[in-house]
Amino acid sequence: MILRSLMKGKILVGIMAGLILLFLPRIATEHITFVMLGVFGFTLAVLGFNFLFGYLGLLSLGHSLFFSLGAYTVAFSMRQSIFSMELIILITILVSGLVAILIGAICVRYTQIHFSILTFAFAMLFYSFLIKFYFVTGGDDGLRVLTPHLVGTNFADVPKMQFLLREYYYYTLTVTGLTTWVLWRIVKSPFGLTIRAIRNNQVKSEYLGISIWKYRWATFIISGIYTALGGALMAPVIGNVDPSLAHWFQSGSLILMTLLGGFAQFVGPVLGALIFTYLQDFLMSALHYWRFVFGALLAFVVIVAPEGIMGAIDSFLKKIKGGV
Amino acid sequence: MITDIVGLLAGALFYSATVFLVAAGLQVIYGVQRVVNLACGSFFVLGAYMGTTFVTVSQNLGLPPILSLIPLIAAGLSLFFVGLIIETCLLRFVYKQDVHFQFLLTYAIALMLDDAIKYFWGSSPRVVQKVYTVYGQIDIFGATIPNYNIVVVICSCVIAILIGYMFTRTRFGIIVRAAAENPDITNALGVNMKVVFAKVFTLGTVLGTLGGALVIPSRAAMPDMGWELMMMSFAVITIGGLGTMRGAFFGSLLVGIVRSITIFVVPQLELLIIYLIVIAVLVIRPQGLFLNAD
Repeated sequence: MILRSLMKGKILVGIMAGLILLFLPRIATEHITFVMLGVFGFTLAVLGFNFLFGYLGLLSLGHSLFFSLGAYTVAFSMRQSIFSMELIILITILVSGLVAILIGAICVRYTQIHFSILTFAFAMLFYSFLIKFYFVTGGDDGLRVLTPHLVGTNFADVPKMQFLLREYYYYTLTVTGLTTWVLWRIVKSPFGLTIRAIRNNQVKSEYLGISIWKYRWATFIISGIYTALGGALMAPVIGNVDPSLAHWFQSGSLILMTLLGGFAQFVGPVLGALIFTYLQDFLMSALHYWRFVFGALLAFVVIVAPEGIMGAIDSFLKKIKGGV
Repeated sequence: MITDIVGLLAGALFYSATVFLVAAGLQVIYGVQRVVNLACGSFFVLGAYMGTTFVTVSQNLGLPPILSLIPLIAAGLSLFFVGLIIETCLLRFVYKQDVHFQFLLTYAIALMLDDAIKYFWGSSPRVVQKVYTVYGQIDIFGATIPNYNIVVVICSCVIAILIGYMFTRTRFGIIVRAAAENPDITNALGVNMKVVFAKVFTLGTVLGTLGGALVIPSRAAMPDMGWELMMMSFAVITIGGLGTMRGAFFGSLLVGIVRSITIFVVPQLELLIIYLIVIAVLVIRPQGLFLNAD
C-alpha cells in the first residue's frame, strides 16, 4: 500500500520536475534559466562519473579530462568550420570514445588507489598539454566557442543570450533527457547488473565467468563519453574553453556533486548537480574563498552523510515503511 | 661532459631530498593508518609559506642570513598543530569508512588548506632574499653547485637517519611499527590507538612542512607548487612500494635522477614529465620495487 503510493510519489515528482524544466524559460528569471543550462551539462558529466563510481566502484579523480575534452572538441570543430551541433556531438562521442579506450586500457587494470592516482595523473597531463601547446589549444586563454547550428538552422541573427535561453535551452534539455534515458536503460540492463555484481563481489563474479577487465573497460568508455558529452553541451554556454576545465579541481566538482546528491541512486548525482551548480553560482559571486567552502562541504558530506541527499531520503523512506 | 653529469646529479639529489620528505610523510601515514593523504602537497606549500614568514621576521630581528636554517626548521616544526587538528577533528571520523571516502576527505582537506594558505599569504609567490646566495657556491669538476642545495641534502639525510632511529630504537617507534603491522593486536595489548594515530599523522604532516620550508631559499613559494610534489611523492611511493621507508628513500633518488636526465635531454617535457613518470611507474610495476624490503 505504502509502496504503491511511494511509486506514485516518484512519478509525480518526476512529472512536476519535467513540467518545471519545460516551462522554466517562461516562469523563471533569465539568470536562473541560464544557470540551468549549466546543470544540463553537469548532469551528463556526473552521470558518466557515477556510472564508474557508484555502479562499478572505481573512483576517477581525473574525469575533468573527458569534460574538457568534450568542450575543446566543440571549439576545435568550430575552428574547422563545423557548426552543426549534431555532427559535433557525433565527433565528441568518437573522440572521447577513442581517448577512453586508450586511457581505459591502461587504467582499468588497477583498482582503488592506483586507479584514482592514474586517472588524476592523466587529467593533469592533459591539463599541462592544454597549457603548453598553446599554438594548438590556445594555452591559458583557451579557445572561443561560437554559436552552433541546431538541427541545421543557423541562428546567427538571434541575439546570443536569447538563443541560449530559448533555442539552445530546449535543445540541450532534449539531448540531456534522451541520453539520460539511454544510460538508464544501460543501468537496468544485464550489463548494468553485471557491473554492480563486480563491484559487490569481484571474486564471485570471476567465478561466474565474467571478464572483469572487459566490463571495467566498457564502463570506463561509456563513462568517459557521457562526461565528454556534458562538457560539449556546456561549451557554447561558457563561450570560451580554457585549461581550467581539465584541472583536478573540476574533477573534484564532479565528485562533490555526486556525493552530495547520493551516489547510490541513479538520480542522486543529477540532484547533486542541480544543487551544486546553483550553490556555486551563488557562492562564487558572494565569496572569495569559495574553494574552502567547497572543501568544507565535501568534508562534511564524507564524514556525516556519505550517502548524500538521496541516500538520506532513502533511509528516511525506509524508516517510514517500517523496514530495517 | 663530467661537468654536466655532476650538475645533473646535484640537481637530482636536491630534488630527491625534497621529494623524500614529502614521500616519507605520505609513507608514515599510510603505513600505520592505511590512509592515502592527498593533502601532503598542501602541507608542503604550507611549510613553504610559513618558512618565508619565519625567515622574513627573523631577518627583521637581525638574524644573519646564514643562520636562516634555524627559522626554516622552526617553521616546519611549528606547523605540527595543523596536522593534529586535522587528525582529531576530521580524519578521525572516517577510519571506519570505505577507503574511497578517506581518500576524498584528504582531498577536501587539501582544498581547504589551499584556500587557507591564500587567505593568510595571498596568491602571489613569496620569496626570501639573500639566504640562498649567502651560503655561497662550490665548484665540483667544473660544475657550480649552490652550497644550500648540499645543506638541504644533508638535512634530508639527517632526518631520514633520525626517523630510522626513531622507528627501530625508541619505544614510540616500535609501537608505531606494531600498529602498522597489526592494529588490532596492538590495541588489545593496551596501546591507545587514538593517540598513536594522532601522533603519526602529525609526524607525517611535519615531514611535509619541513620539506616545504627547507626548499624556500631556492625558489618562490607559490600556491600550486604542492600538487607537483604530491604527484611525485606518489610516484616515489609506488616505485618504492607502498609501505616501506627504504622504498621511499630509494624511490626519491630514482625519481630525482630520472627527472633530471629527462629535463636535460628533452626540456620541453618539464611540465609533463612528472605525470609521465607516475603513469610509467604505475603501469610498469605498481607494487613497487621494494615491497619485500621491510
